[in-house]
Amino acid sequence: MSAARSYYQEGGFETVIGLEVHCQLATASKLFCGCSAAFGAGANEHTCPVCLAMPGVLPVLNRCAVDYAIRAALATDSTINTNSRWARKNYFYPDLPKAYQITQYEQPYCEHGRVTFDLDGTEHTVRLTRIHMEEDAGKSVHDAHASWSLVDLNRAGVPLLEIVSEPELRSGAEASAYMRKMRSLVRYLGISDGNMNEGSMRCDANVSLRKRGATTLGTRAEIKNLNSFRSIERAIAYEIERQAEILLGGGAIVQETRLWDADRGVTRSMRSKEEAHDYRYFPEPDLLPLVIDDAWIERARSELPELPDARRGRFVTSYGLSGYDSGVLTASKELADWFEAAVAAHDNPKALANWITSEVLRIANESGAEGETDFSQLPFAPEHLAALVRLIDDGTISGKIAKTVFSKMVESGDDPAAIVAREGLVQVTDEGAITAIVDSVVAANTAKVAEYKSGKDKLFGFFVGQVMKESQGKANPASVNRLLKERLDG
Amino acid sequence: MSRLDELSIEEASRRLASREISSRELTEACLARIEVTEPKVGSFLEVTAQLARQQADDADRRLAATGTRTSDTTALTGIPIALKDIFLTKDVRTTCASRILENFIPTFDATVVARLRRAGAVLLGKLNMDEFAMGSSCENSAMQLTRNPWKLDRVPGGSSGGSATCVAAHQALGSFGTDTGGSIRLPAAFCGVAGIKPTYGRVSRYGVIAFASSLDQVGPMASTTRGAALLLQTVAGKDPLDSTSIDAPVPDYAGAIGTAPTVKGLRIGIPREYFVEGLDADVEAAVRAAIGKLQDLGATIVEVTLPHTEYAVATYYIVATAEASSNLGRYDGVRYGRRRGEEQGLRDMYGESREQGFGAEVKRRIMLGTYVLSAGYYDAYYSKAMRVRTLIRRDFEQAFERCDVIATPTAPATAFEIGSRTDDPLKMYLSDILTISVNLAGLPGMSIPCGLDSAGLPIGLQLIGKPLDELTLLRTAAAYEDSCHWHRVSAELKP
Repeated sequence: MSAARSYYQEGGFETVIGLEVHCQLATASKLFCGCSAAFGAGANEHTCPVCLAMPGVLPVLNRCAVDYAIRAALATDSTINTNSRWARKNYFYPDLPKAYQITQYEQPYCEHGRVTFDLDGTEHTVRLTRIHMEEDAGKSVHDAHASWSLVDLNRAGVPLLEIVSEPELRSGAEASAYMRKMRSLVRYLGISDGNMNEGSMRCDANVSLRKRGATTLGTRAEIKNLNSFRSIERAIAYEIERQAEILLGGGAIVQETRLWDADRGVTRSMRSKEEAHDYRYFPEPDLLPLVIDDAWIERARSELPELPDARRGRFVTSYGLSGYDSGVLTASKELADWFEAAVAAHDNPKALANWITSEVLRIANESGAEGETDFSQLPFAPEHLAALVRLIDDGTISGKIAKTVFSKMVESGDDPAAIVAREGLVQVTDEGAITAIVDSVVAANTAKVAEYKSGKDKLFGFFVGQVMKESQGKANPASVNRLLKERLDG
Repeated sequence: MSRLDELSIEEASRRLASREISSRELTEACLARIEVTEPKVGSFLEVTAQLARQQADDADRRLAATGTRTSDTTALTGIPIALKDIFLTKDVRTTCASRILENFIPTFDATVVARLRRAGAVLLGKLNMDEFAMGSSCENSAMQLTRNPWKLDRVPGGSSGGSATCVAAHQALGSFGTDTGGSIRLPAAFCGVAGIKPTYGRVSRYGVIAFASSLDQVGPMASTTRGAALLLQTVAGKDPLDSTSIDAPVPDYAGAIGTAPTVKGLRIGIPREYFVEGLDADVEAAVRAAIGKLQDLGATIVEVTLPHTEYAVATYYIVATAEASSNLGRYDGVRYGRRRGEEQGLRDMYGESREQGFGAEVKRRIMLGTYVLSAGYYDAYYSKAMRVRTLIRRDFEQAFERCDVIATPTAPATAFEIGSRTDDPLKMYLSDILTISVNLAGLPGMSIPCGLDSAGLPIGLQLIGKPLDELTLLRTAAAYEDSCHWHRVSAELKP
């Protein structure tokens, strides 16, 4: 595939990607019945006659799901349609108990939105074709039994948003960054946990290539089963190369649905356009058209939390942080909340921001799953970090000692003051004690002192290092500097 | 009238309230009548005798407390009724007359059933019907044949055939059916009983096995209009479990009809499209006579037009089959219902379960409905049918600017011979030609007996009302009934 790769890298092709993001809404109950929508119960425990599709049952809309959907529409500057309709998408599969999925087809509740995201310091905007609500299917388990497939309908009827972008993404990295922003948004909005490894958020990518400068779209392949940021990037990279190879060989891309096989790192054909299901969509007669009036929208707007872009701006103005640091801190609601909890405990936002963007994020990334920054697994609380910075600010410990204390805090989860006391790490500010060390260092290094006095200023750092070493790092660096200067220059 | 099973609901209710009779006596009379007549008519798929006796005894205890502070009786307390086998009844087998559900025992009651239980009605059993309510003669039942009590070689009409025969044969005082294209009114007409299909959304569909969701509606049958009114007011009204049920107050229909209902000043519309070639002469004569009687009673007759009537049958068979093809997808052998269990893989399981589980007419409609929804055909069929449906609804709106009630024959002819139309689906579909538009427009309609033809078979008068105006229909029907004797003529269960 090297020819294809080089042609692509030389910019011969332009990649065109549109994403369909499926996002489970974190409502207490399912979209059309009262069953719990929670993840993780025993098989088929969250079911009732309605989501089991017993004869004679009827759906009743969960209005909380609509509240959540409206929030998503508002956060993406979408146009909300006052009237939208439910439709049936018909197909047979054992984990689809009614043999149809209730979704929105011709009249979705919202259209024409947009999402901005940051990639390597550049801001991108992608337009959204539409967002619609639908119910999830259940889960089929094919490998648990030799001759039977098992069906778990706990997920059947859980509310989903399908967020469809215009084909305006140009690389796997852009697609992945867009997806990260989308996840950040739904978490900010409190409408989804956005956990990709539990399937709460997943996407399909429509990928096509065209000659750079072309205005029409190439034939696309739809890649299914992208359930991690890494999958998105890898699958798209693979698909670009596959398509470029075909096109450069004079072939034509077949419009088809392809499945990402993460184990083998390839996409493979699932079904062609000819084999595509005929879903026989038609308006759902068991539900009235959905009417979202202005009052409903305004109520949702008033309940809207601060969104990432606004929060980033506020971090710059009220905490005096850089745009970059603010962006990092507000990329996830959890992180921004963590930061603000720390600031509430100790008012030194800049120092806290530095600690978080360097040390805390490193720890959080190590403990979370792939691509997930998991703050719930941190062994210490924001108040602990605040206490640590306070110890530096009031001169109890030095910045250097603070690193040691931080490591011990990560290991033990103990309060930093307790660690300092236990380990005897309190900074030595007693000038008499420091002077004694200075004297002993000067006395033990007469040759170096002579060199220094003859003009080798750089040796000053050596003396500081020796004093700090003697004090086991506990001497107050400012005092050490001053006393050494007095002693050597005096 | 001496036999208890021949009492009207309102008369039985009066005697129960005054303690002249007990519900247990009334129920035993019905059970005895069922035992004698069932071999001839075949109304019941299941007789729930034990449950009925228990409910009757409960009702008698409630009735004994009448006048005390714990009194909670209704007009239906202690009244024995029966239900089309399309209503889910907790712990009582519910088959929809289909092999695919032949062993299905529901875990909950339909809203209608729950309301009847709460009111104290006594459930005698489950009634035969066309499989999944698809049919006009009851001959599409996968379980058994039901015969017309007036002439046993005739069909009872369908799909709610058992619901009509059990009332006509005095096996039950009243019954419930469903009406998607005429399935209450046609058998009511063929069997000489009163039957009403309320406004779409008037009665909850929750727990009623779906045929065509935008057309299905639950309604009662009884020997008298007042009896049907008591049944209707017990089950009507908003149900939070059915999003399409209408949130509007339910009148005390029986009370509002009163003892001396009048049609003075009522404008009755006669649509010319319903009196055309092919209408049986006896039927036309009887219906015109009934209209004449209403005029004598003080109503004004106006001619109206419903110009899109000729498209109703075609429209109906697109909309109804499309919805049915989707509604019946759940009978796949996975969670309940018939499954052979020796199948090779998924496709085979679907194929075998549905091939063996569904009858010919159901399969025909699933195929038709699947076709009209298919890519490339949707616009030509389903989408166009929905537009025609709007025109049909508009026809009625315009007609109702000139009248309060529309009167027509319920069916073009009286009950036909068993087996005479089973080989000709199109001819069978035309049995519903006069009832189908009412469903497409979502309006209330009813059928009451208005005469007998030369063969001694009942003729039905159809009354059609404005949305939610069941009361005017019932009042008109009651006024007519009070002036004639047709509802008192009984079927003789003869060949």
